[in-house]
Amino acid sequence: MSAVAIRAASADSDTSIKVENVVKRYGTFEAVKGVSFSVANGEIFGLLGPNGAGKSTLIRMMTTLIPITGGKAIVAGHDVEKDPDAVRRMIGVIPQALTSDPDLTVEENLSIYAKLYSVPRAERIKNIDDVLEAVDLTKWRGAQTKTLSGGMRRRLEIARGLVHNPKIFFLDEPTTGLDPVSRVAVWEMLDNLRKTRHLTMLLTTHYMEEADKLCDRIAIVDHGNLVALGTPIELKNSVPGANVVEVHFDRETESWHKRLEGLEGVTSVQAESAGFYRVLTSSGSKTTMQLVELAASLGETLTSLSVQNTTLDDVFIHYTGRQLRDETVKPVFMMPPRPGAQP
Amino acid sequence: MNRMFAIIEREMRKFFRSPTLMIMSLMMPIMQLVIMGNAFGGKIVGAKVAVVDYDHGPESVRLREAFDSIAANIKTFKTINYDDEVQAREDVRTGRIDAAVIIPAQYSRRVYAQDAPELGLVVDNSDQFMSGSLEAEMQSLVTALTSPVIQPRLANSIALEIVELYPYVNYMKFLLPLTIALAMYISVMIGGGMLYIDDKARGVHEGYLVTPITKIELVFGMNIAGAMKAVLAGICITVIGSLMAGLGVIFHPEALLELFCLIVAGSIAFNGMMFLMMVRVNDPLVPRAMFGVLNTLLLYPSGGMYPVAAFPPWLQAISVIDPFTYCVHGFKAVLLKDGGFVAIQYDLLFLFSFGIGTLLIATPLFKRTL
Repeated sequence: MSAVAIRAASADSDTSIKVENVVKRYGTFEAVKGVSFSVANGEIFGLLGPNGAGKSTLIRMMTTLIPITGGKAIVAGHDVEKDPDAVRRMIGVIPQALTSDPDLTVEENLSIYAKLYSVPRAERIKNIDDVLEAVDLTKWRGAQTKTLSGGMRRRLEIARGLVHNPKIFFLDEPTTGLDPVSRVAVWEMLDNLRKTRHLTMLLTTHYMEEADKLCDRIAIVDHGNLVALGTPIELKNSVPGANVVEVHFDRETESWHKRLEGLEGVTSVQAESAGFYRVLTSSGSKTTMQLVELAASLGETLTSLSVQNTTLDDVFIHYTGRQLRDETVKPVFMMPPRPGAQP
Repeated sequence: MNRMFAIIEREMRKFFRSPTLMIMSLMMPIMQLVIMGNAFGGKIVGAKVAVVDYDHGPESVRLREAFDSIAANIKTFKTINYDDEVQAREDVRTGRIDAAVIIPAQYSRRVYAQDAPELGLVVDNSDQFMSGSLEAEMQSLVTALTSPVIQPRLANSIALEIVELYPYVNYMKFLLPLTIALAMYISVMIGGGMLYIDDKARGVHEGYLVTPITKIELVFGMNIAGAMKAVLAGICITVIGSLMAGLGVIFHPEALLELFCLIVAGSIAFNGMMFLMMVRVNDPLVPRAMFGVLNTLLLYPSGGMYPVAAFPPWLQAISVIDPFTYCVHGFKAVLLKDGGFVAIQYDLLFLFSFGIGTLLIATPLFKRTL
């Protein structure tokens, strides 16, 4: 692991989850390769990585769903391998898929899960009221689950995971498949839950924005390895260059890459597509000026130019050498056409 | 224990809210009972039989009057006059008529002379049911015609007195035991097989596995729920089918208790068998691909349609371990023969043992992890 500054949990009593050199093998294929980290009480910890990186495998090992091949995982003070039932009583799990029963009502789904955790009747009724309130589904308690929207169903899944008052909450890609409005609503809800219920949360995601907004610390996982771990700020600061300049030239020439690397303050240049480059620089404003001047001196046209601070995308690219997922680049600043230039 | 009941509660709520499962497990066997009961149970009516008369004598007239009597009364067949035997044979072959009776020349003279008179009957034996019925009808007619007008004082032939123990059993009644067993099987097939695998594929089981529910609670919860659905299907079909077939046995408390025991035992047996087969399956296509073949493999060797004694030894071996065999035998014993518990004790013993045995084998195979 090419580690970044890691804030380790100070003592075991403050630690909710401790994973030590965990390995998962399927035959000869090693899905998780000796991953270690710990999560402090009350912390929101994110596992970030592309599909197939090993995030879900890690979460499944920690939630007792699949056996660990090697290493050790302690959750809520209990060994996942030796005392899985004790672990199960302490955790709430939101799987990636929507698994609430569509034929049952919202309340019935919650009631059945509360019974599976042996929550006494009086407590069960109170807990159901509380979690429905927390996820804003009180008025839908009698509705059949199949009549709910995707966002509401995801909120029901979250309520289901909380109905037995767990100490640690595992969420496997909690906003996958949701529209942007529902996604933001889920983020706000999770943040509120952390504050009001003092939950420790471990979530996997492949949304950079989600990890940035929600998580106290983030672990970047790629090909079964933990490649970076730290707070979002620590991770961003670990990448050389304070700003990212995205520049799109009208046409591609062989010399662009070399010329861009030669600019003052530029620490790295990544070619994204024909004529499109991401430039990491210590000074965004200075590099922008130099780019405009360079294009003008060569008689070339800049189609778009944007300047932004370092993001987790850049962190991910820095540590893995590739993008987390394909995204359309949205320029924040469009260069006006030069007078007399052909459209 | 509460956790096991939570699984049962969830399954039963789903069952009552899923009309597809209820319709499939109840309506399909009822449809089968109605269609097969009427298709196979009837007698031949209105078959077309050609008569080629080369004799035209008094005995041939007597014979034709007997044919007309059949056409007017039990209506098994009606006759059509033909002049040409070759044409009649050809029409039987092509299916325009069902049979042809050839009355040869000199038939009447031979009857009077007691000189081995003969009639010809051309049948299409590719249809065994039709040809068999016409042959039997013609044989009884010929026997009646040749019996002496004055019977001898002392009978010189061996008489067979047939004693039928039970009232006439029509085909719908005959099929009812198989139909009840089939309803329970379909309920288990859909509720315990397909939905079980679908739940696995949808991640519902993943939701169970992260809770503190034990393996035993999970296995028993799912199996008890599956058996309960089959019991409900069995009770419904027993009541509806008995009323449709005109069997009043369901109004006798003792018979009802026997039927209930058989339904419970059969449901446990079918459910245990299905759980054993599906316990390690994850692909939803597998049960769908399997059930057509399984249906044939289990239903036909049961003796519900054809007697087991008519099967080759390897098929008889399948019927020995087939829970359908014992279900059908037990239901027949109660519904058609009023046999009491004595008649079904071995069926109950086998079905309970089979259900518990398969469950005991399947439980260690069930994985508590993904």
